[in-house]
Amino acid sequence: MLDISRSVAKKDHAPKTNGSAMYVGDFAPDGLLYGQLVRSPYARAKVLGITLPPLPEGYFTVDASDVPGVNQVHIVKDDTPVFAEDTVEFIGDPVLMLVGPNEEEVARLAAAVQVAYEPLPAVTDIQSADTAFFTYQFGRGDVAQAFHTADKVYEESFETGYQEQAYLETQGLMADYVDGKVTVHGSLQCPYYIHGALIKALGLSPDRVRVVQDATGGGFGGKEDYPSILACQVAVAAIKANGKPVRVWFGRREDIEFTSKRHPSLCVYKVAVKDGRVTAMDIDVTFNAGAYTTLSAVVLQRGIIASPGVYEVPNLRVQGRAVKTNTVPNGAYRGFGAPQTFFAVEMMMDHIARDRGEDPLKFKLANASVQGAMTSTSGRYHFPVPLPRMAETVRHMSGYDQKWQAYAAPQTGRYRKGIGMSIWFHGAGFTGSGERDHIKAVTKLHKYADGRVEILASQAEIGQGICTTLCKIVANELNLPLDSVFYEYPDTDRVPDSGPTVASRSLMTVGELLRRAAIRLRSQWRDGEEQVVEEHFTEPDFVIPFHIETFEGDAYPTYAWAACAAEVTVDTLTGVNSLTGVWACFDVGTPMDENIVMGQMEGGLLQGLGYASMEQMAADRQGRIRNNSFTDYIIPTSVDVPVMQVKLHVEEYPHGPYGAKGAGELPLVGAAAAYMAAMEQALGANIRHIPFSAEDALHILTENQKEVR
Amino acid sequence: MDNSIEFILNGQPVTYRGSATARLLDVLRDTYRQTGVKCGCKEGECGACSIILDGRLVNSCMVAMGRVGGSDVLTIEGYALTPQFKVLDAAYASVSAAQCGYCIPGMLLASECVLRTHPNPTEEQIREGISGNLCRCTGYNAIVKAVQSAAKEGAGLW
Repeated sequence: MLDISRSVAKKDHAPKTNGSAMYVGDFAPDGLLYGQLVRSPYARAKVLGITLPPLPEGYFTVDASDVPGVNQVHIVKDDTPVFAEDTVEFIGDPVLMLVGPNEEEVARLAAAVQVAYEPLPAVTDIQSADTAFFTYQFGRGDVAQAFHTADKVYEESFETGYQEQAYLETQGLMADYVDGKVTVHGSLQCPYYIHGALIKALGLSPDRVRVVQDATGGGFGGKEDYPSILACQVAVAAIKANGKPVRVWFGRREDIEFTSKRHPSLCVYKVAVKDGRVTAMDIDVTFNAGAYTTLSAVVLQRGIIASPGVYEVPNLRVQGRAVKTNTVPNGAYRGFGAPQTFFAVEMMMDHIARDRGEDPLKFKLANASVQGAMTSTSGRYHFPVPLPRMAETVRHMSGYDQKWQAYAAPQTGRYRKGIGMSIWFHGAGFTGSGERDHIKAVTKLHKYADGRVEILASQAEIGQGICTTLCKIVANELNLPLDSVFYEYPDTDRVPDSGPTVASRSLMTVGELLRRAAIRLRSQWRDGEEQVVEEHFTEPDFVIPFHIETFEGDAYPTYAWAACAAEVTVDTLTGVNSLTGVWACFDVGTPMDENIVMGQMEGGLLQGLGYASMEQMAADRQGRIRNNSFTDYIIPTSVDVPVMQVKLHVEEYPHGPYGAKGAGELPLVGAAAAYMAAMEQALGANIRHIPFSAEDALHILTENQKEVR
Repeated sequence: MDNSIEFILNGQPVTYRGSATARLLDVLRDTYRQTGVKCGCKEGECGACSIILDGRLVNSCMVAMGRVGGSDVLTIEGYALTPQFKVLDAAYASVSAAQCGYCIPGMLLASECVLRTHPNPTEEQIREGISGNLCRCTGYNAIVKAVQSAAKEGAGLW
């Protein structure tokens, strides 16, 4: 183990345990005003007029007419309005905000606002969607010929549902407008995304917009794009508030119902097999984008690039589309499109193996890619692909071989068991050329005269430990004690734009920039002097340039790898299953801190298991999210997966700091497939959708019984 | 009419003058600025607002002030001054059990209650004892390990 991998007490540990860490809801400045959004009750409607209740002194509203710049939130395409104008496009689309000094009075007045609507026909489910926001396709080889000459062709459809990030701290931001400058602070992942959005919506110059992160109670992607929308709304209110600060802090129900979630998906796979090898895949992916585009283009890109899984597929055709529905816009969530397609491809491979009478793991490994092989986008796996060894590790940890054999025999008792395994990757960092063409990350090190060094970057500490790991890298390179290197919550007035806290990029990309900056500072170090060094992103030479028009080239410089086994016991009387064990092996390169990496792996894995089963969220025909509380949307507790064992496999990535590569998202991505493969063995049937409920299990058991009769 | 409610907050007697139907959570955060008491759902589901009320772990969002008269309320701010906290805090630090930190004040108080009941807890007892406190970051393994390690390091304290 490298010295740097040894765990330290995290830099932000003390304020988070003694309760002194300041989250956005903890501030109580003088004159604080509370904001409450008034939202559309219709999935689609024309806004005819707004009638306000009599407003006491000190209370006011803001709507589209108050937006001083452009009434659009800059995300990727800027179709999300700050406040809805002529039409509302989903249940929850904000029409105006009511602002005032007493929170309860604000809520009462907001409920008394009368908006006249003319309801319009709405599309609320993925099947009836008729508008594609984005359509992509790519491939290679001769798919038709491969299907023609195949021994057998398999075709199946897979569906996945919503998943809510369920960070423990709901979304919240505060804003003030003083001396012509707007400051927004709060719970967020991407200070400069918000900065850019505010400039456009407020029509202010960059120096008159400031964004600061507060302690943030989890993000998981949920605070990637949504805070840009909320920031514009809160800032518009602050401009009207005459210098008083305004805060909007959602209740849990509002947060679950109206902020972004993982895209529901529908994937159709057609796979050709000849002589035990997959010779072709024809894949059709549809993601439910919701009412506005937000991040759907990039989520879809990652989803379809991952759609053939880890497999080497000589003939490939992939089509993907993100369709508009009049439902809450979906956005970023850990895995970013890949959990949907990895669920589909892993189940597909399981089903083919079972049809062939083979152990699914053997069939999968026989078809898996190796170092130097072509990726789905005709790039290369430039670095080792350690899947066989990792699968071996998990087989031993879980007792897979023996259990798989035992559970494969016909089971007839009330309790039935199954074990399943999945293998996957996660492309490390931004998809395609985003890092080079759009982000262009800049970092600085500021050395003070007393010898302490401050890291200046825009990475948000959201629990993943980045404020500790970045400091460890710099301290290590400068031979300084960890106490002498510090990193504060980013403030756009003080730090350069080192890019957003997304895509498992922060440690690998920004960490490497800081390592290089530290090397330069070391070579120029002058005792007793204040010094600043700056470092800019450069793309490594080995990367095959990615072209988004054709989906050709290296979509990612490297990949993090995973293998996971899950074991279940199903009660055939109730349909309820229990996970009796989960074992996983992850390769995220060199861990910058063992505890921190293990915390990421275990936490992500549990989210992936929740995604498969207990995290049920449905929208009704009107397009309203029905599961909007922790009573109805169940996330795993400490008793749900009592045995969850993780091992790390280290393949050093030569272009990441000390060999580190993307880590945060990986553990979630393919966990659902391992869980459902275990369920399939226990139930003796194929599963094609998640979340999979006890009722679904009972349905299968009833169908099986009918067949037996 | 006397509408005051007297209770002990972190060892100090205090007198609350306000509605008996106010939530203890809101009063602790707004009136007494105990902002280490976190609000995650206000429906008694997540445990972020856990406090120790007369020796028992409760969700402060589910307690009306009328219930608090004469009671002993311990929040993370008060607990952070105790020798038991010192041991648990070090144990949490040694396994990096705090990630985003939002569940942690409640989780620490839940851990304290586990150790009060079971000074040498089994893994199952720990998992049961913290099962009312949701954590979305850690997957719970690190927290369970921290409580196990605190039980060892702080032997005799509980």
